Amino acid sequence: MASTIPSREFLALFRHSFRSTARRRPYYIQPRQCLRSVATHTHSQHAEAISILPTAVDTSSAEFKENKRQMDELMTKITGLHKKIALGGSEKAREKHVKRGKMLPRDRVTALIDPGTSFLELSQMAAYELYPGEDVPAGGIITGIGTVEGVSCMIVANDSTVKGGTYYPITVKKHLRAQAIAQENRLPCIYLVDSGGANLPHQADVFPDREHFGRIFYNQARMSSMGIPQISVVMGPCTAGGAYVPSMSDESIIVAEQGHIFLAGPPLVKAATGEIVSAEDLGGGKLHSEISGVTDYLAVDDAHALVLARRSISNLNWSRGRDSLQVAKPPAYKEPLYDPSELAGIVGTNLRRQLPAHEVIARIVDGSVFAEFKPTYGSTLVTGFAHIYGHRVGIIANNGILFSESSLKGAHFIQLCAKRHIPLVFLQNISGFMVGADAEKGGIAKNGAKLVTAVSCAEVPKFTVVFGASAGAGNYGMCGRAYSPRFLWTWPNARTSVMGPEQLSSVMEAVGKSADPSLKARIERESEATFGSARLWDDGIIPPDHTRRVLGMGLQAACGGQTQEKETTWGVFRM
Amino acid sequence: MRAIKKSSALSRLVNSNAASAIRRSSTATPVAKPLTSVLIANRGEIALRVGRTASEYGIRTTTLYTDPDSRSQHALSSPYAINLGDPTAYLDGDRIIEVAKREGCEGIHPGYGFLSENPTFARKCTEAGLTFIGPPWQAIEAMGSKSQSKDIMTAAGVPCIPGYHGSNQDPEYLKNEAANIGYPVLLKAVKGGGGKGMRIVSTPDEFMDQLASAKSEARNSFGDDVMLVEKYITTPRHIEVQVFADKHGNCVALGERDCSIQRRHQKILEESPAPHLKEEIRQDLWEKARAAALAVKYEGAGTVEFIFDNDTGDFFFMEMNTRLQVEHPVTEMVTGEDLVRWQLIVAEGGKLPLTQEEIEQRISERGAAIEARIYAENPDMNFIPDSGPLFHVRTPIPTSTVRVDSGFIAGDEVSSHYDPMIAKLIVRGPTRQAALQKLRAALEEYEIAGPITNIEFLKKICVSPDFVAGDVETGYIEKHRSELFVREELKPEVLSQAAIGLLLQESAKIQRDPFTSSSGTIVGFGAGYQQREFQLVELPADGKGKSTSSTIRIRQTSPQKFDISINDTEYLNVTSTLDASNTITSFYPHTRLSTTFIRDESRLILFQQGKQYRLQLAVPNWVEKALGIKDVTNSVLAPMPCKVLRVEVQEGDEVKKDQPLVVIESMKMETVIRSPHDGVISRVVHGKGDLCKAGTALVEFAEEKE
Repeated sequence: MASTIPSREFLALFRHSFRSTARRRPYYIQPRQCLRSVATHTHSQHAEAISILPTAVDTSSAEFKENKRQMDELMTKITGLHKKIALGGSEKAREKHVKRGKMLPRDRVTALIDPGTSFLELSQMAAYELYPGEDVPAGGIITGIGTVEGVSCMIVANDSTVKGGTYYPITVKKHLRAQAIAQENRLPCIYLVDSGGANLPHQADVFPDREHFGRIFYNQARMSSMGIPQISVVMGPCTAGGAYVPSMSDESIIVAEQGHIFLAGPPLVKAATGEIVSAEDLGGGKLHSEISGVTDYLAVDDAHALVLARRSISNLNWSRGRDSLQVAKPPAYKEPLYDPSELAGIVGTNLRRQLPAHEVIARIVDGSVFAEFKPTYGSTLVTGFAHIYGHRVGIIANNGILFSESSLKGAHFIQLCAKRHIPLVFLQNISGFMVGADAEKGGIAKNGAKLVTAVSCAEVPKFTVVFGASAGAGNYGMCGRAYSPRFLWTWPNARTSVMGPEQLSSVMEAVGKSADPSLKARIERESEATFGSARLWDDGIIPPDHTRRVLGMGLQAACGGQTQEKETTWGVFRM
Repeated sequence: MRAIKKSSALSRLVNSNAASAIRRSSTATPVAKPLTSVLIANRGEIALRVGRTASEYGIRTTTLYTDPDSRSQHALSSPYAINLGDPTAYLDGDRIIEVAKREGCEGIHPGYGFLSENPTFARKCTEAGLTFIGPPWQAIEAMGSKSQSKDIMTAAGVPCIPGYHGSNQDPEYLKNEAANIGYPVLLKAVKGGGGKGMRIVSTPDEFMDQLASAKSEARNSFGDDVMLVEKYITTPRHIEVQVFADKHGNCVALGERDCSIQRRHQKILEESPAPHLKEEIRQDLWEKARAAALAVKYEGAGTVEFIFDNDTGDFFFMEMNTRLQVEHPVTEMVTGEDLVRWQLIVAEGGKLPLTQEEIEQRISERGAAIEARIYAENPDMNFIPDSGPLFHVRTPIPTSTVRVDSGFIAGDEVSSHYDPMIAKLIVRGPTRQAALQKLRAALEEYEIAGPITNIEFLKKICVSPDFVAGDVETGYIEKHRSELFVREELKPEVLSQAAIGLLLQESAKIQRDPFTSSSGTIVGFGAGYQQREFQLVELPADGKGKSTSSTIRIRQTSPQKFDISINDTEYLNVTSTLDASNTITSFYPHTRLSTTFIRDESRLILFQQGKQYRLQLAVPNWVEKALGIKDVTNSVLAPMPCKVLRVEVQEGDEVKKDQPLVVIESMKMETVIRSPHDGVISRVVHGKGDLCKAGTALVEFAEEKE
C-alpha cells in the first residue's frame, strides 16, 4: 500500500479535519507473533478525514441566489408573524396587565430561566388563522423548554392578555402536548397559571373528551407518580377546573392579591348559595397559604414568586446519581465546517427540485463529520452516524423517493441505533414510496412496512425535522407526528399533505368526482407549514440555520436530565 | 599581557570603589555592638518595612501580632512571630520587653505610633539591656511635652509660636490667654499628637465648647487632658525637616518635607522638596532643625515640624517627632538612602553615612518625590475610617521611581482596631511636576475593592490646579471643597459593563449540563427571551442626598454577545468575556473597555480607565415585604463598627436637626453623630461603652404623627 504525495486540494480538505486527536494507547510492536511483521499505520488525521462531508455549493451561482431570495422572502414573512405573536394580546390588554403590577408572560419566562441560557419555545404559531374572526396569538399559552437552576424544565405559561388566558381547544392541545413532551423526556413542569379557565363558547371542544381539559390534571397526577416534579405558580385566576393545576402540583406558589384559586368565583357562589364574598377572601393567596393550605408559598409579586419557583427547582435533587465528572467535562465539538446560513440558498422554496441531503447534514452536524452507513446501497435514503453538540446521533435523511432498498436500509439502520441506544434524527423530505408495477413486484409494501415497524418500535429518542415535503406513507416511514418523535419541527418551506395538490386533483377526477375549482387552492394552503403548525402538527416552525441549535436543545431535553434507557422489542418484520 | 593589564586597571577601579565603600563604612565603624537580632514592636507596613532592611543586612527579625492581626502580612513575614493576644497589646511595653529578652533579641525597633515615642518604654528597654532603636529616652521625654520642648527650643534659638503652655488649666484663664494671643487660636493637648485633642477656635463664643471637646478627646487618647493655647496661623503650611544624629555628635538634615495636604489634621500627601520655598529659608529651616536636635542630644531619626506662615515666610517650631515617620520614604526617594539602615547604624554606635554636603548633592541630583497615603476612609463622609476585607488589590508596578509600602494584600482585612492606612505610594521624578504626573498615573493603576478608600480623592488632588501650581496650605482641602468633592455623572459604559459583569457572573454560577454549550443563543424564530433588566443604584458618597438609579437592559444574543440599552443609549453586538482575574473585556461598536469587576454581596466595585466606581444592586420591590424589613428611616445608625463614648440625648428629648446625639469612637477617632432632622427621641438603643456593628441603630425617633 504505497502512500501518495497529497495534492494541494487534498491537503485543503484536511485543514478542516480535527486538529486535536485523542491520545491513543502506546503502540506496541510484538515481533514474530504473526505472519505480517508490520501493520500499515493510518494516522487518525487520515482516518477521520473519510467522514468529512464535502460541499458542492456555489454561493455565487444564480440558482443559489434565487433560492436564497425566495427563502429570505418567506423567512421575512414568518419572522414577522412570530414577532407579532410574541407580543401577546392587544396593546390595551397588555397595558392593563402591566398596570396591575404583573409581568408579561414572556418576561415571566425570562425571569424564571437561568441567565445566559436559551428558551426553546414550542408551537408559537398555534391557533394562527384557526378560529375565524378570532386572533389567539400562540393559542394564549406559552410552552417551551428552559433551564432553571441548571435543570431543563417544561415551562407552561398562560397569557392572560390573550382572551383572559382562557382555554381554546388548541390551548388545551398545546398544554397537553407540553405535558406529553415533559413526560416522555422526564422534564420537571412549571406552570405559570394566569387563566380564566375553559373558553365557554368552545366548551364542547374543550371539556369532556379524552384529550380535553381533564387530561391536564390526569397528566399531572401520572407525572407526579413517575417522579416528574410538578410546580405551579399562581399569578392570576385559577377558576373551576383550573383550580386543580396548583392543587395537583407537588409544590405551589401564589402571588398575593393577584393569584386566586377557587372552584367557583364570587359571582357563581352568590348565584348558587347567596353567599357574598370577595375574591381575596374566597381564594386569595393569604387564605390559601395560611388557612386552606392549597398553596405552599405566598409571594409578594411576580418576581418574588419566580424566585420561589427557582428555589423549588433547586431543591428537586434532580441531577442526583449523575456522573459529576460528566458535568465537569465539557464535550468537545466543532461547529459545522460550512455556514448553516447557506441552507436557505441550498433548499429554496421550490420542492419540485431534489434537495441535496448531504449538504443539509453537513450544516447541522459537528464538524460536518458524517459516518455514512451503506452509502452506495439504496442511496435515496441517507443513513449514518454523526454528533450534534458532542452527542452521538443516527441520522436518516431523504435524498429522493423511498424504494425497497432504501426502506430496508433504513430499517436496518434504525435497528442498529436502537441496539446501541443512539437517538435518531429524521430529516424528512419525502414525496412517498415508489409506486408502479416494478415496485409492487419488489414488495415495496412489505419493505416500506419494515421501515414503519422499525420507526414505530425503536425505543430511542427520535427527532424529526421536515425540511421539504412530507407526503403519503413517506410521512409515516420517516417518523411523522403519528410515530411520536420526541419533537417534530418544520422548516418554513415545508409542505405536508397526502399528495401534491395537482396529483390530488387528478386522483379526484379519476375517481369520478368533479374537481372543486377551489380545491387545489385549498390543498395548497392546507399543506403550508403555517397551517400545520397552527394545528400543532408540529412543535414549531424553525429557521433552517437554527436546525442544529434546535436539535441540540431537543437532545439536551431528551438525554440531559433523568433519562431511562429502554430495550426495544420489535414487531414482526414481514420478510 | 595587555588583557591582564586592562583587567588590572579594571580591578583597580573596582578596588578604588570598594575602598571608598569600605572607607565610608569605616567611618561608620567602630561598631560597638553589631545587632544580630531585632524585635519589631509594631504592625502593618512599617513592621514590614523595618523587617525588609533588617533582613537585607542579615539581622534576624521577630515580629509581634495580636489576635485580629494573626494572619496579617507583618505577622507572616518572619518565621519568628509572637502572639500577644489582646488587640491593644502592641502598647504593652513590659510584655514586649519580656518577649524580646526571651526570644534573644538584642534590639527593639518601635516603628511609628504605639510605643515609638514612649520615654518610659525606651528607658525600660535600655535598662533591660536591649538596644532601643531610636533616640535616648531623655530626648523623647523632653520633646514629648509640648511646653517643655518649647522652652528648650526657645533657649536653642529656634522660633516658637506664641501661646500659653502653662499649667493653669482653669478654662476662664485659658480663655483669657487666648484673648491675649489673639483669635484665631489653636487648642492642643500637651501630650497630644496626630491631630487628636486638637481644636481651632475662631471666636471667643465657641471657646468653652471646643475646650471641653478637646479635653475629652485627649483624655480618651492619652489619659491626660492638659491643654495649651497657641496662635493659629490662617494660611499655614506644614513643613518638616528630617534630621539624623549619631552618638558622635554629628547631625544632618536630610531635606524637608511639605505635608500641608491634610484632612482631620492628618497628612495624606507629603512631598520633598517643599514647593516655592526660598533657598535661604530652606537652609534656615535645616539649620534650625539641626539646632533643635542637638539641643536635646538627639540620636537616630527625628523630624522637626514647623508651621510655615505662607503670608510672611515666618516659621515656628511645632514639635519634634522622635521616631521614624510614616512619610520617611519621601526623604529616602530624594536622598537615595535607606533610613532604617541609618537607624541601625546609629543604634549600633556607627557614624552617619553621609555628610550634609553629600546629602545636598544627592537631593539636587534626584529631583522631587511625593507620597500619597492610601487610607480605608470615606472622604465624602468627612474621611470617616472604613474597615473590612480587601476583596481585590492591584498595585502599580514598583520600579526604581515608584514604590509601594503596603501592609495588606488581597484577602486581608483592614481591622477596625487599628489605623486604617492600607499603603503608601511614593513616586519620584526629576521635577515636582513630573513626580505629580507619575503619581496620578500610579494612582490610576491602584485598585482596591473592599473598604472605601481615598484613592479617588487623591487623584482629584493630583489634578487640582492650585496643588499642581504648588500653592499648598494645611487648609487646602477645606478651601477647595467645591472642586474636590464634585460628584461625577456615571457614563453609560460603566453601567453597561456592570450589568454585563452581573450577567456573566450569574451565568457562570449555574452548574451546566454538558449539552448547554449552545445555550445563550437565540433558538428558533423571534428575538428569544433574553432581555433582562438590571437596576443599579449609585449611592451618594456622603450618605446624604439622593441615590441615582439606573436601568440597564441586556439581551444576550449568543454566549458572549449582548445588546445593551441604557435609557437612550444603545450598544449592539457587544462581545464580552469575564476572566478569572475579574476583568470584563468588552468590544463595543465604538471602543474596547477592560473593567475590573468586583462584587461583594450587593455592592459592586468597578475599575475602568483609571477610575473607581461604586454601585449597589437595587433591592427588588418585593424583598422588603417578603423579608419583613422594617423601615429604618426612624433610627440613626452607626456608620461603622464603633464604641459608644457618650449619648448626648435622653428618651423623650426633642432634638433639632444637626444636634449631637451620640459620640462614637472608631479607629481611635471620635465622631459625633448628629440628628438628621428635627424630632423626638423615642429610644436610646445603645448606651455608653456599647460596641456596635456598622448599621446598628443607635437611637430611634418617635414616629411622626400625621
